[in-house]
Amino acid sequence: MKRFGGKVLFLDRSDINTDEIIPAKYLTEISKEALKPHMLEDLKLEGFDPEDPEVRESKVIVTRANFGCGSSREHAPWVFDVNHINVVIASSFARIFRQNMFNCGMLAIELPEKIIDLFFEYKDSSAKIEIDFKNNGLTITSDKRSDTFTYQISEFDKALVEAGGWVEFAYAKY
Amino acid sequence: MAMTLAEKIFKTHLRDEPFPGTKVLDIDVVMCHEITTPIAINDLAARGKDRVFDPEKIKAVIDHVTPAKDTKTAQQGKILRDWARRHNIRDFFDIGRNGICHVLFPEKGFIRPGYTVIMGDSHTCTHGAFGAFAAGVGTTDLEVGILKGVCAFREPKSIRININGTVPEGVYAKDIVLRIIKELTVKGATDCVIEFHGSVVKNMSMESRMTLCNMAVEAGGTSGVCMPDEVTVDYLWPFISNEYKNKKAALNDFKKWWSDDGCEYVKTLDIEVSHMEPQVTYGYKPDEVKDISEMAGTPVDQIYIGSCTNGRIEDLRVAAQYLRGRKIAPTVRGIVSPATPKIFREADEEGIIKIFMDAGFCVTNPTCGACLGMSNGVLAPGEVCASTTNRNFNGRMGKGGMVHLMSPATAAVTAIEGKISDPRKFIKKGKR
Repeated sequence: MKRFGGKVLFLDRSDINTDEIIPAKYLTEISKEALKPHMLEDLKLEGFDPEDPEVRESKVIVTRANFGCGSSREHAPWVFDVNHINVVIASSFARIFRQNMFNCGMLAIELPEKIIDLFFEYKDSSAKIEIDFKNNGLTITSDKRSDTFTYQISEFDKALVEAGGWVEFAYAKY
Repeated sequence: MAMTLAEKIFKTHLRDEPFPGTKVLDIDVVMCHEITTPIAINDLAARGKDRVFDPEKIKAVIDHVTPAKDTKTAQQGKILRDWARRHNIRDFFDIGRNGICHVLFPEKGFIRPGYTVIMGDSHTCTHGAFGAFAAGVGTTDLEVGILKGVCAFREPKSIRININGTVPEGVYAKDIVLRIIKELTVKGATDCVIEFHGSVVKNMSMESRMTLCNMAVEAGGTSGVCMPDEVTVDYLWPFISNEYKNKKAALNDFKKWWSDDGCEYVKTLDIEVSHMEPQVTYGYKPDEVKDISEMAGTPVDQIYIGSCTNGRIEDLRVAAQYLRGRKIAPTVRGIVSPATPKIFREADEEGIIKIFMDAGFCVTNPTCGACLGMSNGVLAPGEVCASTTNRNFNGRMGKGGMVHLMSPATAAVTAIEGKISDPRKFIKKGKR
């Protein structure tokens, strides 16, 4: 199983699509590692710089609604994975992206908009999120404050993460 | 209990329910292209599992970048080609016979009502036009599909869209689906199947129904679907005539998939088209849609007619009606990509290719290329494209480029005027 949690990257916009996460011109790569420099290269977000070292050090993304819409490309979770981001927390996800995350043994956590709003109050501090996978718990912390919540994922999605992904789960079972 | 079409397909294809709410389905058709499949193929090989569950049920095509533009894309094609040969996948389509997957595979008769279909491509929802459950998936789902012939889904909810009224001249399936996405929003159908009903759909060709279902994913939908009827039977007849006594028998069989009266919908939306204007997107999301009268006059640099949304023969015929005897504006570039070799040939025989060329269009081979900014028509930063494709995302057709989605008719008249234009103006003047 992967290790989850760490420094947070806040992406304050809804409907961030997979073309923005990894542009199609890089889909000609046949290794996941080759995607690494191009994470979020076309993201349309005021003040966002994909080259910022802060972006590169992040381990968790906190964002708004319908994250990962558009293309089915699994290159989107992959480019996060090779950059050591394996948790995305959003108020909602596009179906294929969400499934791709769990299929790769990564976490796509949906939380109510009110809680996401509260997370964004941490935006200007160097926030960290720790995940208690076993108990479906997560804690966001800065120098000044800390908040703890529980999240829900389906039994199936939890089993995929524990197995290391859908390939491992399916090959053992079918 | 009254069931939706999707529920019926789930019931008949259920292999396992490992956890409540998770349905593992047997898959009838696993489709593969050269962009999302090679990593699955390499992973299977690395795991010592270089096998396929059933070579007859796997269909493969090189369509995104073809002919190969560089070493990397040549390599992707080679991985798919070598794999198809190694596993005797007969339905593999290489250059000369290849076309855009979601146009080519229906044309070959691979899709039937009641089928489960997956592909590592979000526009797989197109095939629901035949009354199939067809869903885009990622490479991991594709890999498991290739080896085991199964895929896991949540039980889908269904949304019913009733499209009624008289379709005005100059308005097409693309305009209707853009309007529907505007109403649903880009996340309004997440985890849902979108059913298209109503007199307008009944009277639509399979080509137009595929345009509707193709864009279901732009509202977040898992699959778009139409109830299989006489039009479906006619389209499929060359492929099923030895399976049924007559067309009536086929229709009766297909009807078993229809959503039952009284089945459950999470949402019902009524669309009245009689006074609808042609629709055009203005922003970077497919639900940012306006009436043509608000968009007319916007200058463009390139016009693109093609893609799995609007590269079918019907689309080329419509565009040609407006372009016949006319020239595109000197300030714009026009590119048309017939979606398959059959469509290219038909367009040639009908004189449509000549109309496009006389008008000043470049006619390319069948490929997805320009739609996702991979090849054959990438935009420069700051350029604007009037496009019959499906996504207007930032950078979609080239970094820094702007895309306005529209019907082939609107794209054709936009090419003539050099700025976004209303096809109805051409009908009124008798210019069409």
